[in-house]
Amino acid sequence: MKNYAWRPFAVAIAAIALLLLARAQLVPADFGIHGKTFTYNFYRKSDINDWKAITVKYKGRNYCNQCHDEKFKEIMASPHKIIQCENCHGPALGHPDNPETLPIDKTRALCLRCHASLPYSLSNREDLPAIDPDTHNPGQNCVECHNPHNPSLEDMK
Amino acid sequence: MSCSRRKFLKTAFTGGIAASLPISAFKLLTPAEAHASIGDADVRWAFLVDVQKCVGCGFCVKACKNENEVPYDAPITRTWVERYVITKDNKEYIDSPMGARDGFTSSTVEGHKVKPEDISKAFFLPKLCNQCANPPCVQVCPVGATFQTNDGVVLIDRTWCIGCGYCIMACPYGVRYFHPVYKTADKCTFCYHRITKGLKTACVQACPFGARQIGNLKDPNDPVTKAVMTERVGILKDEYGTKPQVYYIGLDERVR
Repeated sequence: MKNYAWRPFAVAIAAIALLLLARAQLVPADFGIHGKTFTYNFYRKSDINDWKAITVKYKGRNYCNQCHDEKFKEIMASPHKIIQCENCHGPALGHPDNPETLPIDKTRALCLRCHASLPYSLSNREDLPAIDPDTHNPGQNCVECHNPHNPSLEDMK
Repeated sequence: MSCSRRKFLKTAFTGGIAASLPISAFKLLTPAEAHASIGDADVRWAFLVDVQKCVGCGFCVKACKNENEVPYDAPITRTWVERYVITKDNKEYIDSPMGARDGFTSSTVEGHKVKPEDISKAFFLPKLCNQCANPPCVQVCPVGATFQTNDGVVLIDRTWCIGCGYCIMACPYGVRYFHPVYKTADKCTFCYHRITKGLKTACVQACPFGARQIGNLKDPNDPVTKAVMTERVGILKDEYGTKPQVYYIGLDERVR
């Protein structure tokens, strides 16, 4: 065969070599199947560490208890002990350094999440103490009368 | 047609090599290798939802959005709570305003004021990524940006995702969405940064009623494992064969 007939092959091989070279440069070294299969496990392994490195923002009530033990005791003696502090006070990340105080959600809407009457038979919602938000002091914030840390109606101020 | 002895032997030799090639592609694994390929799999994360216990307060959604930096006012969320109201004349009303980020505070469903005496059954249903054992979202990814970890959680590589959206279309549960900040696909990770540190997920911690639980299916003493093994649990869209790992106690056939 004549020499020129082989030229396209040389070009093709050069192109493939270039492609493989570029791939070796651009694809991270830890990209692979890591002993499993291509179906579900073809990935960059260090991404798992990227996900693990995300900051935890909700610290849990034991973190709050370290300083606010009085408030902690108060709420733990009430039916509201099932509610985490951070559900109403916001995530504790950075507190007490930055932010120094956490914003407290004192809105009516927050209480209505549980205490707006919805009589649904297949949900424990119907067993919770509930009000009709349209008739029970509309527009007023619940915390003006009720103490969220001690919601007992007998101890109401 | 003639066939010389030399030509016959040559063809037989090359043919033999060609035939034996695919056999070498199948590698027999020793038990140790097989175990290593399963990975450090003494953990398989699974989720358990008790539908009766959910009151639709939406604290889980609020905590999830804050914990995982999902834009708070955008109509996207990693977990959400649906409300199903089925009336006595067999009409069904389903809603999830803002994914129930602010809970359910009104008896108006889908613009309909349903009277309590007309309801035959009504309940709240939390949803999140099912972390399927056979995740269809992972199969369709053209760049290898989404994958299943050895402990069974499906993650998305934000540096590798090109945002094509195939996985968003492929998920039968609609748990994936396009993240407007990172410009990639995004979804629930079972709070991978929390569960790998021994914490509960943000939604599990925030739930006041214990409607949500996370556990390790490989641990026979885990409460979630015990419930999955001994109680009546259901999964969503079993017919898709995705093997979801979010189990529901008290699931209704109306749930889609």
